[in-house]
Amino acid sequence: MTPDNRAAYWKSNLRLLAILLIFWFVVPFVFGIILVEPLNTIQLGGYPLGFWFAQQGSIYVFLVIIFVYARSMSRLDKKFDVDES
Amino acid sequence: MTNLDIWTYSVVGFTFAMYIGIAIWARAGSTGEFYVAGGGVHPVANGMATGADWMSAASFISMAGLIAFNGYGASVFLMGWTGGYVLLALLLAPYLRKFGKFTVPEFIGDRYYSQTARIVAVICLILASITYVIGQMKGIGVAFSRFLETSYEMGLYIGMGIVAIYAVLGGMKGITYTQIAQYVVLILAYTIPAIFISLSLTGNPVPQIGLGGSYAPGGGEMSLLAKLDQVVTDLGFKEYTTQVMGSSLNMFAYTLSLMIGTAGLPHVIIRFFTVPKVRDARYSAGWALVFIALLYTTAPAVGAMARLNLMDTIQVGPIGSEEGNLLYADRPEWFKKWEATGLLQFEDKNDDGRIQYYNDQNEAFAEKAESFGWKGNEMVKVDRDIMVLANPEIAGLPNWVIALVVAGGLAAALSTAAGLLLAISSAISHDLLKGVFMPRISEKAELNAGRLSMVGAILVAGYLGLNPPGFAAGTVAIAFGLAAASIFPALMMGIFMKRMNNAGAIAGMIAGIGVTLLYVFQHKGIFFIPGTSFLAPEMGMGADWFFGISPNAFGVVGAAVNFGVAFIVAAVTAPPPEHIQHLVEDVRVPRGAGEAVGH
Repeated sequence: MTPDNRAAYWKSNLRLLAILLIFWFVVPFVFGIILVEPLNTIQLGGYPLGFWFAQQGSIYVFLVIIFVYARSMSRLDKKFDVDES
Repeated sequence: MTNLDIWTYSVVGFTFAMYIGIAIWARAGSTGEFYVAGGGVHPVANGMATGADWMSAASFISMAGLIAFNGYGASVFLMGWTGGYVLLALLLAPYLRKFGKFTVPEFIGDRYYSQTARIVAVICLILASITYVIGQMKGIGVAFSRFLETSYEMGLYIGMGIVAIYAVLGGMKGITYTQIAQYVVLILAYTIPAIFISLSLTGNPVPQIGLGGSYAPGGGEMSLLAKLDQVVTDLGFKEYTTQVMGSSLNMFAYTLSLMIGTAGLPHVIIRFFTVPKVRDARYSAGWALVFIALLYTTAPAVGAMARLNLMDTIQVGPIGSEEGNLLYADRPEWFKKWEATGLLQFEDKNDDGRIQYYNDQNEAFAEKAESFGWKGNEMVKVDRDIMVLANPEIAGLPNWVIALVVAGGLAAALSTAAGLLLAISSAISHDLLKGVFMPRISEKAELNAGRLSMVGAILVAGYLGLNPPGFAAGTVAIAFGLAAASIFPALMMGIFMKRMNNAGAIAGMIAGIGVTLLYVFQHKGIFFIPGTSFLAPEMGMGADWFFGISPNAFGVVGAAVNFGVAFIVAAVTAPPPEHIQHLVEDVRVPRGAGEAVGH
């Protein structure tokens, strides 16, 4: 665990965070609030789509984000040799 | 005793015996066990305990009621209270676990090399947690008043007594295992009625799909949501699937405030100190959200279906027809029971002996209502908090289901109250007493001090529970504002900004919490005491004068103020010393994480 690979590890971590946080922001705030009216013109079963994102879809996306993060970080931990024994 | 009474006493009695049994079996013997359960909790088990810790009376009792009456507008709670887990998992939990201490103020005190920072964090934590506990007290009062058919006040006193026995015995170790049992009770209690109701209204047993299904009693041509939209708009209420809460901007701010607040709530954060590794902390946050999502994706179905059932119960025939409204004399049994608690009130304004339930604030509908001979909405009080508890009765489900729901509501309130009380007592006994005033205190004395401070917190929360500032969920939302404005920014900058120093963090926390409290109190009264609100609407400063953002949604503004003030102050003061910069670097990598320790 050298200072160099610590820095590289942190950089990779920040890049991953940025990508995942974009999804965290876009799905609830853009699909669920800002664009809710146009999306509501589309039906998902009996759900208006915007309403579905606000009351169901966002939550499923949050779950995916956290598990993707946990898996990717375990991989980064090993790759940069900073994992726990 | 009726059949329902027997069921309720048996189910609630059995669950209480189980919790107290577990608390005695897993009683804490050391401060390590008392604060972080010895640090050996499996990530899935911790996820389940976090679910119960997190899902409070507000989630269990109030949220579906808020959804039922606010429709789409209530999405802020659904998105806000789950999206916070993304921030927690990605930005805080793994690093704080690596740091490996007992409390949140301890991290802030060490990272900002300042006892002042630690004390400010303790004050923020106590303010946020006490506000949050009020919501639990309200929930316990509602559940007990229904269950024992007593007054709300009596219910509250009984609830306080149970929580006191329970939390003081437990410690984090006992609380963890009790919370796992409480999660099982509350999730069964929530989903079983939802499955029954979804099946009867839509023919689909999965509520998440049923809500998007068709309205089966109507022949299946119309979707359930379209039917609901029609029923409510016909009576002058706002359309269910599109009604917004305040404005889009308010909803945006509200959701973001709840997310940031969730990530900054100390009683949730400390749960991640109980897992063995950094890696476990990441996965555990995911598991917590799995268990939370089970309830949170069911709640929209419960809310919508409860609203439809309620409207159908009262409006039995075509609107405006002679026999379209339910005769008061024919009101169902559940109606009478809830009237007895005062949470449901009827007033026959036009003396026709029938119940009219419509929106009399809607001017466009007023003329029509007058032509029917209606003289105003006669359901003068329908407390939103009763929706989940009354739901199985409204839908005519068997008595054992009703009993289970009561037990579930109590499990939700008790588990969260216990978690909050632990966060408060550890801040007082570990951060204030051992950390600041009496560093040489013995471990045994520290344990006793923690238990004593729990008792004090219960008394304060009980007093505020008797003068509640709003619905349980509304009260809780204020706690989120405080956590968002103070604790979250301090923790995040501590990890992600090596340059952040003591002066910046302290100034930021004080500014953030100050501006949030000012905004909330000017509207809701100082410490929610009625009649003490200042800057009245006559002065042009009403409830939501700041861009139409309601006090509950103000946390995000407080957080922004915190970040802004912290950046400016840190930029003009000395950078943190070298050993603190090493500490930050060390927190950022998982290797070398040990068990959580106290100093």
